[in-house]
Amino acid sequence: MLAEIGQFTLVIGMLFSLLLAVLPLYGYFTKNDNFMHTARPLAYMQFLFILVSFVILVTLFVIQDFSVQYVWQNSNSILPIRYRISATWGAHEGSMLLWLLIQTLWTGFVAFYSKSLSRGQIARILAVLGIISLGFAAFVYFMSNPFIRTIPAPIDGNDLNPLLQDIGLIIHPPILYMGYVGLSVPFAIAIAALIGGKIDETWIRWSRPWTNAAWGFLTFGIVLGSWWAYYELGWGGWWFWDPVENASFLPWLAATALIHVQAVSEKRNAFRGWTVLLAILGFSLSVLGTFLVRSGILTSVHAFASDPSRGKFVLSLLAIYAGGALFLYALRVNKLKSKIGFELSSKETLLLTNSIIFFSACFLVLWGTLFPIIAESMNYKISIGAPYFGSMFFLIMIPMAVFLPFGMMYKWRKDEMKRVVTLLLPLLLLSAVLTVITAWYFELYKIRSISYIFNSFPVNTGRIKAITGIFGSYWVLTSVLYYFKVYKGNLTRAVWGMQISHFGVAIFIFGVTMTEYTDFEIDSLMHPNETKIVKGYSVEFKGVEKKQIENYQANIGHFVVKKNDEFVAVMEPQKRVYVRSGNPMTEAAIDPGFTRDLYISLGEQINTQGGWAVRIYIKPYIRWMWGGGILMMLGGFWAATDRRYFRMAKKRKQENIDTYLAS
Amino acid sequence: MTPTRKKRLMAVILILIGVGIASALILTAFKENILFYKSPTEILDGDFPKARNFRVGGMVKKGSINKSTTSLDVNFLVTDYANDIEIQYTGLLPDLFRDDQGMIAIGKLDKDGVFQAEEILAKHDEKYMPPEVADMLENKKDEQ
Repeated sequence: MLAEIGQFTLVIGMLFSLLLAVLPLYGYFTKNDNFMHTARPLAYMQFLFILVSFVILVTLFVIQDFSVQYVWQNSNSILPIRYRISATWGAHEGSMLLWLLIQTLWTGFVAFYSKSLSRGQIARILAVLGIISLGFAAFVYFMSNPFIRTIPAPIDGNDLNPLLQDIGLIIHPPILYMGYVGLSVPFAIAIAALIGGKIDETWIRWSRPWTNAAWGFLTFGIVLGSWWAYYELGWGGWWFWDPVENASFLPWLAATALIHVQAVSEKRNAFRGWTVLLAILGFSLSVLGTFLVRSGILTSVHAFASDPSRGKFVLSLLAIYAGGALFLYALRVNKLKSKIGFELSSKETLLLTNSIIFFSACFLVLWGTLFPIIAESMNYKISIGAPYFGSMFFLIMIPMAVFLPFGMMYKWRKDEMKRVVTLLLPLLLLSAVLTVITAWYFELYKIRSISYIFNSFPVNTGRIKAITGIFGSYWVLTSVLYYFKVYKGNLTRAVWGMQISHFGVAIFIFGVTMTEYTDFEIDSLMHPNETKIVKGYSVEFKGVEKKQIENYQANIGHFVVKKNDEFVAVMEPQKRVYVRSGNPMTEAAIDPGFTRDLYISLGEQINTQGGWAVRIYIKPYIRWMWGGGILMMLGGFWAATDRRYFRMAKKRKQENIDTYLAS
Repeated sequence: MTPTRKKRLMAVILILIGVGIASALILTAFKENILFYKSPTEILDGDFPKARNFRVGGMVKKGSINKSTTSLDVNFLVTDYANDIEIQYTGLLPDLFRDDQGMIAIGKLDKDGVFQAEEILAKHDEKYMPPEVADMLENKKDEQ
């Protein structure tokens, strides 16, 4: 019965989306206030019904109604309750319902925090969001309905993929979706402005906090995903350039470019067309990511069970949203020309450069991700190795780090290059000195990693990249700190947010460089009581014991780690076999630290003398990388709360009162 | 040319040089990291890259896994149900690596016709089969 109610509320929610997509726009075009006023209530109702539907799905998992196919497929009677709840979004159908829920949640937020906008504006924005919700609601209902029953009802369910039985997976998808879907807000604002035919700085100012917030969630979602992959996949890697990871990274790159170019279009009223295009691109890439993940068109470690018809549906949605948006853009493009001039030597130029760098990175990641599909249509079966993405990204991020301090210090409209160079020159020298010290201390000059450029010219790229990375990190770091010295006084929250994020960039670059170029990995066969010396750490293997825990059988390895005869940690990696599905899984043991992580994972038993395959990693400064990401996120959120974005709200309210009194 | 124009021209030239170098390096990186996917049959026909890494995929042949008890060496046969290729690997194997399971190995073919793998991938789902492997087996079935 409950499943039917869930299905029913889903349909009602979808009908509200339909009304939201139609009525306010109709009202706007016919100048009918009553119809325009329906936008907000419809947005709330839509959210309410989808929320009920989602809560019902969670309840079905908790009470273990295995007559519902989706519940049966993804849980079983011995699954702990916390994973029964998170199993709701552990597979395709439920995760799409979560997506829809978050879509309606953002729509609700927009409805609630839009008091400063006029009726016509809010009617258009919410209607565009309604169109998007309608598409995804239809997708959930027709193509991936989680409420379908199986008859007769099975006694027990299958299992949730063991990889997903983890705290990281409980929180990673909702946060990531907050980011993905959040990008629909700047998209909707841009489209609504295009429909109205007027894009001025108030529109852009209003969309900035939304973009910052969505970007913050997206950043955090990606960080969580990376952290999860690191400890849960047991390979010690933190980013694999897997198509699904790229799918989340593409909208992030577009949104980063968007944030920077919005600064110009709001403050200087220039690059408005580019702002609108990036807003369209950001959300389109979110939808494209969904398509790539759901269609199973790409080989990936995380692709869900694939179904080509689902892929086609999402592709059609993408065609409608992106195609419609671009068509509208083409109609209005002549109204977006900026009349305001600026010199080549100005902040505008540097922020434009930034957006071009991120746009190029986005394009190159997209190219590497889609190329195998293009090649396949010509009957070549290929894939693009991760080193392509790695070296490409390095090349693109050098100019990013080099220009960042300039972008920060340059003045709007016109600035003397001499002034900025004089300002930054001491920092350049300071960074160089710090880099030399760091390279000497960590012996970065000893790194050997030869690659051949054009197949003949050998270059020790490892050393060059490591030292360049460290320099980039100091260069950004010192200039962020120096900024506060130059621009003293009352800084706005937006500026603080920007600088927190940039500080995060510096920390991130440092962490990535150290982790990538000074890490250490060894696979070995170890017998009980054998000790391995790994980079100054002595790792003693005590043996493996068998144990039955919750819903799995575990082989637990015992390791004692010491450094200079001082105790460091006891580490207990596991090899699990999940009872219900018989799926094996590696659970790594990690000893996290401020300057390094120790990481041990257990392979399999090699012989009857208790010998096991063991992988030991030392990962220097890997926490700094995620720490940097978290700082970027905090910066995004902090900037989103800047009062300046809401000051207009008060002014508008006053105007409304004035017009009311006058009439 | 006016001084401003000269400056602009210089800036444009510098940007073009920078973009040119970056594009050349990126294209090289791209070209060198294209991994071809080959089946055992294609490899036996000599249709594979000789001096660089590529991927071979198929099913792990039943009963062919041969693990050393004194090191992390393992060798096994990968099959497309028509031909087999021997694969040699040293290191930890993925969790779901076992008989009759789809897998992909990345590496090179040595002089003796043994594939020396640097990396072995098996998906974390027992129902999963790499799409290439699935396609290949599908084609084989059609031919028979």
